[in-house]
Parts: sequence; C-alpha cells; structure tokens
Amino acid sequence: MIESHSLPTSYVTQPGAIKTSSGKTLRTDEMIINMGPQHPSTHGVLRLEIVVDGEIIVDVIPHIGYLHRCFEKHCEHMTNYQQVIPYVDRLDYCASMNNDLAFVLAAERMLKIEVPPRVEYIRVIMAELNRIASHLIAIGTYGIDAGAFTPFLYCFTDREKILDLFEMTCGARLLYNYMWIGGLSHDLPPTFVEQAKEFCTYFKPRIKAFNDLLTYNEIFVKRTAHVGVLPKDVAINYASSGPMLRGSGVNWDLRRDDPYSYYDRFEWEVQVGKGEVGTVGDSWDRHIVRMREMEQSVKIVEQALASIPEGNVQAAIPKRIRPDAGAEAYVRTESPRGELGFYLISDGSASPYRIKARSPAFVNLSVLPEISRGAMIADLVLIAGSVDIVLGEVDR
Amino acid sequence: MTPQEILETLSSNFGDAILESKLDVLQPWIRIASHRTKEICFFLRDEDLLTFDYMSCLSGVDYNDGKLGVVYHLASMIHKHKIVLKTHCTKDSPHVQSVAEVWGTANWHEREAYDMYGIVFDGHPDLRRMLLPYDWEGHPLRKDYKVPEFYNGMKVPY
Amino acid sequence: MQFGIACCAIEMMAASASNFDIMRFGVIPRATPRQTDVMFVAGTVTLKMASRIKRLYDQMPEPRYIISMGSCANCGGPYWEHGYHVLKGVDRVIPVDVYVPGCPPRPEALLEGIIKLQEKVRKESMIKKSA
Repeated sequence: MIESHSLPTSYVTQPGAIKTSSGKTLRTDEMIINMGPQHPSTHGVLRLEIVVDGEIIVDVIPHIGYLHRCFEKHCEHMTNYQQVIPYVDRLDYCASMNNDLAFVLAAERMLKIEVPPRVEYIRVIMAELNRIASHLIAIGTYGIDAGAFTPFLYCFTDREKILDLFEMTCGARLLYNYMWIGGLSHDLPPTFVEQAKEFCTYFKPRIKAFNDLLTYNEIFVKRTAHVGVLPKDVAINYASSGPMLRGSGVNWDLRRDDPYSYYDRFEWEVQVGKGEVGTVGDSWDRHIVRMREMEQSVKIVEQALASIPEGNVQAAIPKRIRPDAGAEAYVRTESPRGELGFYLISDGSASPYRIKARSPAFVNLSVLPEISRGAMIADLVLIAGSVDIVLGEVDR
Repeated sequence: MTPQEILETLSSNFGDAILESKLDVLQPWIRIASHRTKEICFFLRDEDLLTFDYMSCLSGVDYNDGKLGVVYHLASMIHKHKIVLKTHCTKDSPHVQSVAEVWGTANWHEREAYDMYGIVFDGHPDLRRMLLPYDWEGHPLRKDYKVPEFYNGMKVPY
Repeated sequence: MQFGIACCAIEMMAASASNFDIMRFGVIPRATPRQTDVMFVAGTVTLKMASRIKRLYDQMPEPRYIISMGSCANCGGPYWEHGYHVLKGVDRVIPVDVYVPGCPPRPEALLEGIIKLQEKVRKESMIKKSA
C-alpha cells in the first residue's frame, strides 16, 4: 500500500522514488499531459502542455496561436481607419463595445477630435453594459468549470436582456461596429433609456442570487480558495491588469487612475480582493472582484441614464481621415479583462501604417505558469478559468 | 516627473546610449541604443524617482527604409507618469538586447515581436515562435512579406 | 460535439442556454468526438488548427455530419482577403453537410441549421453511402 499524503493545502512531491510500506521502491517519472486545443474547459482553442509528477503540476507551457487571424496585417491593407472597427470588434468578442471604445479613443486622440457630450455618455453606458455582459459569460463558464451548470443558465438569461438592448440600438447581438471615429453609428432609439432603467432595477437583486448560488457555495469556495495565488509584486512585474491585478490586492483601475471618457463624472468604487475566504490573490478573489464590478457598473449606468444630454451623435470630421505623418498614439482603457491598449502609427496616408493591439488576456495568460506550479490538474482548470481569457484577443 | 526630467536623468547616467528624443508631441519618446536596453530598463525600473514598474506594451515596427524598431510603453503605478522608449535595428542584423529579466511580461511580447518581425532578442530565455506554427517560414508583419501559396498542402490565398 | 473556436462559440453557448435551448431538438453537448454524431465548427479555422480539426473529424464514428457555423468556417469570413493564416472555409479539410451563414449567426439561425440537417438525415438512404 502506498503511503498517503495528508494535507490538501500543501502538496508534497516525492520526485524520483516512492517507498512503499512493504519496503519496495516504485520509480516515478514526470508525465506530460496535453490539454489540447479542443477541450471543454480551456475557453477556446488553447493548448496547455502540463508536466506533472503524479497529479501535481511541475510546469505548464501554454501554446497559443490557434486563432491567429492576422488582425495587425489586415489593418495595414484597409483603405480607411473606420474600416478597421469591425475587425477590432472581433478581437475580444465577449466585450465588443469596449474594444470599439479603445480603438476609437486612440484614433480620436491621434486626430485631435473632440466628440459631443451625448456621445461620451452613450459610450460609457454601452461600455458598462457590455462589461456586465462579459462578466456574466465569465461567471457562467467559471461555474461550469467548477461543475455547476445552473449559474450558466441564469447568467445567459440575464445576458439576453442586455443583448436585447444592444440589438435595439445597433442591430447586432454580439459584434456591434457601433462606436465610430468621431461619434456613433446610430442614435439611441426612443425607448432605450426606459428599458435600460428597467434592466438595472431587475438586475440588482440578481447579483445577490448569483452570490447565493455560486460565490458563497461551500463547494465552490473549497475549490477556489487558496488556489492559483498571484502575489502582488509578481502581478505588477507581469503587467497583469483588470480583475487579475485587483484580485491580488492592488488598487488600480484605469478608469480612475488614467482617466478617459467621462468616468470621472460618476460615483463608483474600485473593487479590490481582500482574501476574505482564502489568501489574497487566489481564484476566489478574482471571482468576487468580477461580481462586485458588475454592481458598480450598474451604478454607473443608472447615473449616466439619469443625465444624458441631448445633442448630435457625430462630430464633424473630414470625409477622408488622414492623420499627420509620424503621428502616434497609445491609448489604454479598462476592458472587462484588463488594460486594453491600441498603439497607432500613421504615415500620413488614409491607410493605417501600424496598429498594435495590447490585449489584456495575452498578458494575463503569461502569468499562468507562475501561479499553477504545485497545484493539481483539477485546480488548473479553475486557475485558467479565473484568468478569464478570450482567445480572439490572445491570438489576435 | 516630466518627460524633460526623465530625459535629463537618463542622459546624465547613460550619455551616449540616449540617441534621440522628441518631447513636444502628444506622447514624448526617447530613442536608446539597441545593445544597452537591459541596463537602461533596469535603471528605469529600480531608480526611486522613476520606478517604471509596469510595462504596458512592447511592439515591433517596420520602418520602411530597411530599419526595424521596437517601441516600449512604460508606466509607473506609484508616480503615475508614462514614457515611450524606442530602439532601432537594421533588417540585415536585427538584434536588440532582451529586457525579459527586467519585466516578466516582456518574455511573451518579445516572442511575438520575433515571430512577426524576425527581431532577435539577445539574452531571451526561450525565443521561439508564438502565434504562428513552429514550422512557418517568413515574418508576416514585415512590409515586404509575400503570402505563401501553400502551407502543408492547404491553399493559403482565397 | 461543440467545437467552439471563436465568436460563434458564444452564440452557440447562447443557443444551448435557456432562451433558445437546442436540447429540445435532441442536440446534447458532448466533449469528446468519439461519442458524437454531429460536430459544429463554430469560428475561424486557422492553418495551425486545421490539422487538429481533421484529426477530430477522423475520431468521430460514422455516421457523422458537420455543421459549419458562421462565415469564417464557411468561406474564411471577413478575413478572406488578407488573412495569411486563416483557412478559407473548413470545407477545404473536411466535408461539410450544412452551412449556417452569419457573422455570428443568431441562435435561431443555428436552430434552423440543425433542423435542415435533421431533414437531410431523414432523406438519406441506408444503402447509398454519401461521401
């Protein structure tokens, strides 16, 4: 009979040889397991090469690029900056409005365009509603990773109400192409404000329902507390952002610390992980940061809806958008996954010269090997789920 | 610190490695020598008044006149200031010193720049392709890249 | 088997959730190709991924059907012109039975695709083998 290891929270490895109680020596080797591109829990086509000793992970090597859709080269062939926006949508397809917002802000900063106030308010409302929708996907799929199927159905039902609002405005459910350089593609329909207010009133008690169902559920807590701990200094050195960074206790949110658009006009709080049920920076902390961010987003949406000014939804911009030669701009915004930045270089023509997308999921994924050493394979599924990657963004 | 002060601190410490700068644009930048990026970046990260502990982005660029470049966007979470560093190398000998030891995030960014542009980062622990298959030929984001006709039996163009 | 690759995967997930519910049409998600009849290829297929898709197709037992969901899987989608790493349509590596257009297709469109596949299967003869 093989000796059993006792403590679940400190996994002890015995590399090389295990002594059985009958005196024989069993030789153990490290095994390489492939969590291949097609896997129900990798949230897309991600390949993880896991080097394990028994059940305990020694190293994880992520292989990406299975969804590399040549976004950056594609943009260089576009004849117009506005034509890039549908491709930008498809980078992080769960939070398409936030992608639009980041790119459009970068282009407007480079061209020195000021947009009307109505546009800024609507952009904030759309970005925050999309943040809620994206976090709902993250939470729903995270529940499935842990084995809970019901939160997924609840999340998607609520998400459909947000998608109804978006469909009413711009006609699309998932990939909107709504924010254009200098303004928006369509104005809000007449019933939007009322329906959005109804949604906010409906959604607030639902967050409590999710918390009761999933977040404070004993099984979920036991599976996510103390798992995948990301220390503060490692998080900053690896340039993590979004809930990954805030879950580790770092009070940093680009909407407040590097402000853009009209976020400084609204009252809201940055949510930080405090290690309430486990260590600071574990997977549970990242999850609770996402839950609380949804509450704050609802708050922002309500305040914005109460005070939208009237006006145009398109600034006066030249027909041919032609920035100065050598003009560059790097603008970073807070997308649901973290710091989404676009670096634009122009050579004076109407076609973009270089567009670089700094995607939060790509950078957050690079810290996965560091935080999963010493965990078990079942924990790796939850750690990878808590990073909340979207492969469209990782591979661009 | 203002960009002017950052430039003065760097010039006084590294003299001839600071090649060019442009501070009157929207996002001021400083161009540094490509064989001394690591020590300059260690200084930027560890010096008390600078503390650039957060590397937002590292991008490769192909300037069309036979030059490749790397652009670093750095930020400080403590002092809330930002700076852009640039460095150039030629297409025939594209070598830049790696900063993967300074910031852990530079590891993957440099692998991507190698994959897309062919810039070799000296001192990088594991420089191999990131987004494209390991047996892909060519570096796509270069301006003179020709799309291959077939890859492993599959037709590439439409 | 639900092979969600990209944006269409989110619409496929929405189709399996309660608002649209593909389970009432008899479609049950399975993670492994060895126990499935149908594979939805939802999303852009890249050249790196294409050999893995062929391998998954080979692992499916007969009778097997493929539904290609979304423009990227149908013909390369918005990346048809300048995508050097995008496979212009999954039918270049595996045979497809039903194409569902859209970018991404609405969940109702995916349901129509499933119903069309069910009609196609109903009309199939047991003797004549379809390629």
